[in-house]
Formats: sequence, C-alpha cells, structure tokens
Amino acid sequence: MRWGVAVFPGSNCDQDCFYVVRDILGEQVRYVWYEETDLRDLDCLILPGGFSYGDYLRAGAIARFSPVMEALVDFAEKGGLVIGICNGFQILLEAGLLPGAMLRNKNIHFICKYVYLRVENTHTPFTNLFKEGQVVRIPIAHNEGNYYIEDEGLLELKNDKQILFRYSDKEGRLTPEFNPNGAKDFIAGIISKEGNVLGMMPHPERASEKILNSQDGLLVFKSIVNWFKRC
Amino acid sequence: MLTEEIYRGLGLSSEEYQKILKLLGREPTLTELAMFSVEWSEHCGYPRSRAYLKLLPKKGKFKPLVGEDAGGIILEDLAIVFKMESHNHPSYVEPKQGAATGVGGIIRDIFTTGARPVALLDSLRFGQLANLYNRYLFRGVVDGIQSYGNCVGVPTVGGEVYFDPSYNGNCLVNVMCVGIAPKDKLMRAQAKGEGNLIIYAGASTGRDGIGGCSILASKEFKENEEKRPTVQIGDPFTEKCLIEATLEAIATQGVIGIKDMGAAGLTCASSEMASAGDAGVEIDLDLVPRREEGMSAWEVMMSESQERMLLCVKKEKAKEIMDIYRKWGLKCVIIGKVIKTKEVIVKEKGQIVAKLKAKDLTSAPLYNMAYQEPECLKEINKLDIDSLPLPEDFNQVMLKLLSSENLCSRNWVYEQYDHMVQTNTVLLPGLGSAVLRIKGKNKALALTTDCNSVYCYLDPFVGTQIAVSEACRNLVSVGAEPAGVTDCLNFGNPEKPDRYWYFKNCIEGLISACKFFNIPVVSGNVSFYNESPQAVIKPTPTIGMVGIIKDLKFIRTPFFKKEGDLIVLLGETLPELGGSEYLKEIHNQVRGKPPALDLNKELSLQKAVLTAIEKGLISSCVDCSEGGISLALFEGCVTGKEIKGAFIDNLEFNLREDFLLFSESTARAIISLSKNNLSEIEKIAKKYGVPLRVIGRVIKEPKLVILKNNFALIDLDLEKAFRLWRKSLESLITA
Repeated sequence: MRWGVAVFPGSNCDQDCFYVVRDILGEQVRYVWYEETDLRDLDCLILPGGFSYGDYLRAGAIARFSPVMEALVDFAEKGGLVIGICNGFQILLEAGLLPGAMLRNKNIHFICKYVYLRVENTHTPFTNLFKEGQVVRIPIAHNEGNYYIEDEGLLELKNDKQILFRYSDKEGRLTPEFNPNGAKDFIAGIISKEGNVLGMMPHPERASEKILNSQDGLLVFKSIVNWFKRC
Repeated sequence: MLTEEIYRGLGLSSEEYQKILKLLGREPTLTELAMFSVEWSEHCGYPRSRAYLKLLPKKGKFKPLVGEDAGGIILEDLAIVFKMESHNHPSYVEPKQGAATGVGGIIRDIFTTGARPVALLDSLRFGQLANLYNRYLFRGVVDGIQSYGNCVGVPTVGGEVYFDPSYNGNCLVNVMCVGIAPKDKLMRAQAKGEGNLIIYAGASTGRDGIGGCSILASKEFKENEEKRPTVQIGDPFTEKCLIEATLEAIATQGVIGIKDMGAAGLTCASSEMASAGDAGVEIDLDLVPRREEGMSAWEVMMSESQERMLLCVKKEKAKEIMDIYRKWGLKCVIIGKVIKTKEVIVKEKGQIVAKLKAKDLTSAPLYNMAYQEPECLKEINKLDIDSLPLPEDFNQVMLKLLSSENLCSRNWVYEQYDHMVQTNTVLLPGLGSAVLRIKGKNKALALTTDCNSVYCYLDPFVGTQIAVSEACRNLVSVGAEPAGVTDCLNFGNPEKPDRYWYFKNCIEGLISACKFFNIPVVSGNVSFYNESPQAVIKPTPTIGMVGIIKDLKFIRTPFFKKEGDLIVLLGETLPELGGSEYLKEIHNQVRGKPPALDLNKELSLQKAVLTAIEKGLISSCVDCSEGGISLALFEGCVTGKEIKGAFIDNLEFNLREDFLLFSESTARAIISLSKNNLSEIEKIAKKYGVPLRVIGRVIKEPKLVILKNNFALIDLDLEKAFRLWRKSLESLITA
C-alpha cells in the first residue's frame, strides 16, 4: 500500500509520521507538498501535526485553502483513507471534511503529555486491531484541542458511531479530571460518516516504538494496513 | 561631524572612539561608527571576558569541534553541535518576545552549522514569586518559549527554573539548543572566493532590535528607561521554513558559508564571515528587503530583525539555492559579492557608506579588569550549624521543602512545551537529564543544564566546580558519559571590581573542573551587566552539558521499579548546610560555605555508578543534590508511572537528624537494585573507593518511611505529598 504525508509550510510532525510509516511499518511512503494536486498514486494520506502557516490566524484556517486540499476532497470522495493528526485534524475541521470545531484548551495553555484514551469503535479502517473499550496511552500536544460540536451534531456522531477515541482515566472511566482540554463528551478522535476520514488530537506517531514509552499508537497505522489487506 | 553624544549613545567610550580614529586614519561615517559599536560590544566582541574565555579547555574524551557560532563533539560519523546563549535583558523588558527570540536565535546558531536542531533546554531564573511582577515575567517567559519552540518543531526537553531575590529587576533566560549533522556536511560562517555571491534569505529588515546587543545587553538597567523598542519580535513560522530551506540549500553543496543575522545583524554576519574567510565582501543596502520605509544605512546595518540568514554561495548554484528559499515562501535576494580586498564595503544609492577592514571590526579591544573580593563575603560565609534549632516535625519539614518554589515539580512549565516532537525523547522532562535517542544508531544523547547560584555566591570557584560536577552526575545517573560543555556566564557589571571578582573565580572554577573531568567547553556566551537598582544577580555560570549513552540498554531512570529492591546510598554525607534549600526554607538563612567538593571523590562516584549501570546491575539512579537524601528518596518514589514507597530503616545516624537528611554533600547518589546484584555492586564500590550502605527497600504502599531506632522520623503519605509537589508551582503563581 502507498502512503503520503502532506507537508504544509509549518508542518512539524511530517517527518515523524514519515519515519513511522517507512521505518517502523516498512511501507512505501512519499511526502506530498501542499501545492500538489494529484493524489491518485496514494491509498492513504496523512495530514500531520504542527503549525501550518504558524496557526497565526486560527489553527488550520489557512492550510485548508492549499491546492492539496482540493485534491484531498476528491481523494476522500473516492474512498481514499485520510488521517489528520492534531493540526491535521484542525485542518480537516476547517475544510468541513469532519464536523465540529476546536476551541482553546480549557486551561488556556498548550498541553503536552501522555493521556489515556478509550477506544470506542473498532469496526473502522483505523481501529480494527484495537479491542472495544481498550484503554491506550498516547500523548497530546496542542493549544486548541477542546473539541466542540452542537448537541444535534453530537447525537449524529454517536448514532453513526463516528467517535473513535475518548479521553479517559486508566480504567476507561470518563471523568472531567482526565479530560485534558475540556473536549465535548471527552472526544479525542472522530471519523467521517463514510468512515474513511479520521481526525484525532493525540499523536499516534509519538507512541509507536517501545523506546518512546508506548506502542499503542502504532495500532492505528497497523489497523490501516490490516484493513487495506482485507479489502 | 560626529559628536561625543553620538558615539556614547551607541555605547562606545571615548577611548574606543580614539582607537577607531587611529585605525581608520580618518573620521568614521555614521554607518561605520554604528558597525564598530555593535562589533566591539560585550555581546559580540567579549572585550571584558575574552582573556579568560581563551583559557577554557578545548579537548576531551570525544573529539571536539569548535566553530564560529556553535561548537560540538564528534560521535562516529555525526557532529553533535550545541550552544547556550542568554536573552536576559530582552526578556526582562518584554518577557514573551524576549524569551521567544532567545529561542529563535539559538536555533539559528545551530542550523547555520548545517545541523538539524533536535532539542532545546532553558535555564531560567526569576525573583521570588511572592512578587507579582516576577510572576508576570515568569509566565511571559514560559509563554514565549512555548509559543516559539512548539511552533518551530524543536522539542523543549529540559532545563531548570530557580527563584531568588537577587533576580528581582533582572531575570535570566539562558537557552540551549542541540543539533545533529553528518560530520562531513558541517558549514562554516565564512565568505570567500572572489566573485562568489552574498545572498540574503528570510524575513525582511525593520527597525526592531536596533542596538539590542550594544545597548541593551551591554549596560545595566537604570530606573525609568524605555527599552522596549530594542527588543525584537519573533516569527517561529518563518523560522521553521528557514530551517527546512537552509538545510535543503546546504545539501546542494553550493553554500560556501552561512551565518544568521541575529545580534548585530548584517554588520556582524558580513564582517565575521569576511574575517573568517580571510576575504572581503561588498554589499548593496538598496537590495536588502525592508519592512519599513525611510531606514538609514546605519539602521539597516544594525537591525536585529529576526529570522534572517546571510549566505555566501557559488555563483553557479545561486539560482538553485534561491529557488529553494522561494519554494518555502521566503525572501531571497543577492545583495553583494565576495571581493579580493579584505574589506567590508557597504553601498547605498551608489555611494559607499562604509569601507572597513573586516579584521578591524572583529578585533574588539581587550580590557584588563580590576577585581576584588566583596568585603561582606567573609561575614556571609560564617555559619554555626549547631546553633540551628532542631525541627520537631520532620514530616512538616519535608512537605515544606517539596512545596517550596525551588524544589516543587516543574510540570506546570514543561507540560506547556512540546517535548516530544521529532519522536526522539526517551526520558520525558522531570527525570533529571533529558535523553534523546539518535535515529539510526543504538545510541542516545543525555542533556542537562545546571547551576546553583547560591553556591557560586558563597564561593564562586567551588560553586562553579559543583555546577560542572553535578551536571556530570546528572548525566551519569541516566547512563551517559559526559562529553561536552557549553556555558552561559551571567554576572553583574564587570566594571565593578567585586562583580568581576566573581566572574574571574567562577570561570577559573569552570576551567579547572572541565580539565579535571576531561570535558571540552565547545561554545558559550557571556552576559554581563545583569543588575538593576533593585539588585545585582548572584553569579550564575550556567553549565549546559551533553553526554553520550553508548547503548540504548544503558538508559536509566530515577524512579524505583520493584517492590523488594534494595535502596542503596553511595557516597558520604557530611554536616553541610551552607547555601542549602533546607537552611533557606526552614531557617530563613542564605549563608555559610557551599558543600565541600573533592573532585576525585566525585569522579569515583560517577565511575562506580556508570560501571554498575553498564553492567546492568542497577534498577534506578538519582543523584543527591538540592534537598539532600530526603528529596532524592522522594523523587525515587514519585517520578515513575505509579508511585512506589520506600522503607528506610538503616540510615547511619552519625549526624544530627536534619544534617543527615537535608545536607547537600556532593558525590552522592541513591540507587535501587535487586538483592542478587548487591555483592557485585559492593565490589564495584570497593574498587572505586565509594562508601556504600544499604539504607532500606522499595515497598508497594505509597509511603516514605525513615526510621531512627525504630522511631519514624518521617512517615509521609506519598499520594498526598505527590499532589502537593505537583500543584505547588501553579498555586504559587496564582495565589
């Protein structure tokens, strides 16, 4: 399977994602410059974390106008897999490919730390190797990760099982103390209605090697490979 | 006609002005005068410190690299490049931008060598948090570091924060950056080869930061001065693009030399590159991208606008290189060329506005400074510890110490920094030294910063030696061999003999300790004039140290791992409370002598620990420093994923209880190990002559119990204590 990692000016997790896909998974991968318009050679595109355009206006607000985003809409419509991590998630929200918006973290600070996530739906390309209800440890690093959606939209997300990850404590309990950024309904990651576009605030690429204190994130990437093989 | 008012306003003395007249044989133009003022300032030319800096050792166990902007060490096929620099005065004037541009500047010093920046550390010092203005400074500085470092994608993995009243009116912000390059791809800051082109890349030039180094960094603060315009504004997004573009440009092999335009801007970059290449450069200011209209030549030459680079490139590669910068959305223009004569020629509107020998600019005067020991020191060194009242409740003492501003957890700070980007961070912050794996090798780097300025104030020579020793001990504790030092020497006004006495003694301590441990000082920075009408800072020679972990399996952490493991104290505890946190927090005194330092004992301890780690005998290691044995035990209990308890029933009470628990004697560490490994460790300790004593064991219950004759001197609920320790800093800022 062929992977792409998007590079916007200001992306800073592009090389980390590239490393995991190529060196840890052993898959084929190339960088996709933000001005590119042809993604037909790819099966999965990663929108990495970072500060595209410095996030000076609003996280992801400028990157969504990049040429590659037009191509991405087409790519996603045709069923291509897209995973937006952190700033990548923010870009997907700004582009309207996923519902909702990001507010500043409730403590108005940038937060970088390991958190616990509860896996809510394992019948997806991104989570099929997790166990339902499994609690995993993956770090976050963001200023604006306080996910917001109106109640109607939330109901839809729930009905369509679009919520993949929720912030929880070590035992999988949802308590405000373990909701680091104040996200609505503890939401850490969601997929599109069609199920092929994932946005998540935690960084799975930072938890993909034993030496980095957790390998839980690697299961996201491995799930994708697994799903692709089965298709 | 240049008046005295003009050159004095630029920070030059009349002697320096006379020297310039003599060098030129004529009056300088205003632009030339401005160029001299920045190049001869303390920040760029080190006229008041150079005499000592050249005595710093440059050799060590690892092959050293000493370059123009940053030095480093060679590790196999890689160059590990690192440097620390201060941004003290800008941060006091405008904390967020001052700290942010400090981060930006040091990152540029690293990637200008061709190395990719892989880590940042910050050593910060403020006046006490009871003062609201200090809270504003502290919050602002942390905000500046997070906003710049997080955006630019270089992880902030470590550092230190201290509070002391001597930093009222003059906070310290020392930033260290580490980078990695293939050793055969290193760049120099030079211009050479007649006809090669001088290219300007990055952000455009404005009036921000004019005189930043000559005026702001080279004078002490006086009352009621408005210095905000001398602070620059940072743009981390542009810097991120500049890093990628510059590394790509260097890969074309068309770059002859490169230097960032930071302190002293275009003046410094052009003259130092010409001087290093033993050539000359001619630049045309009309071609320099501007963000403001009506700037005069001297302003363009002195501007410290951020995120700008000056390159000397091969003519035939210029287009390719300029296209790379433009691809990244950056300005990039040819502004000049290399010339045969060894001069810096600056043109504006067809006229020559400066024509100077590059060497004249880069040969700042050298001053012999008067020094004298402060009269009050002998009195301050007196301390009768036996007259201190013995505390009644040691639990209360522990709680007070671990919630004090210098000993409580720094998580409020480091959780605001992205410390994981680039996915190399093996040891997360808060565990002593930072550890970064090197992708593609079975090796890791350990990084630390260290300085106890109270010790240096009480005894500058020994205090600085302790800073070096403790940095080594921190690295050894995680399994690393100390390999190289960068220093950031912060002092008051060097023209005052008592301040200069501190500088002289600190740097002599630094030289002797680095020679003893066989570690080169590869780069550094001097920051003088750190005083204000409120206070003069305690001498603060901050040590940044890099160590090499030879095999990933040697990496160790400070926290206890397994119930039943033995807890062992290595080293000897002496009744030494001078300058200790215990003396300050519990007895409200800052006096005495720092703990004695025997460099041989220190080295023996480090060798014993590293040998035991490399033989796989140790489960955890934490060195004893501020707060003594008791705080080291606390760290061993609480810094892991889950809290472990410690049951200490075999301390040797040959000293008064508080001396034993809180003395900050050097050359000590607390290790934990499986019972089976005890005899092996005993052999190692014996071989190196290190005193060893099993003092207790790791327990499951989250309690720290210290017994004396079956009486619990300390019986601490660690879950409660842990919460207090973690929340204290935030409480102190918001109280």
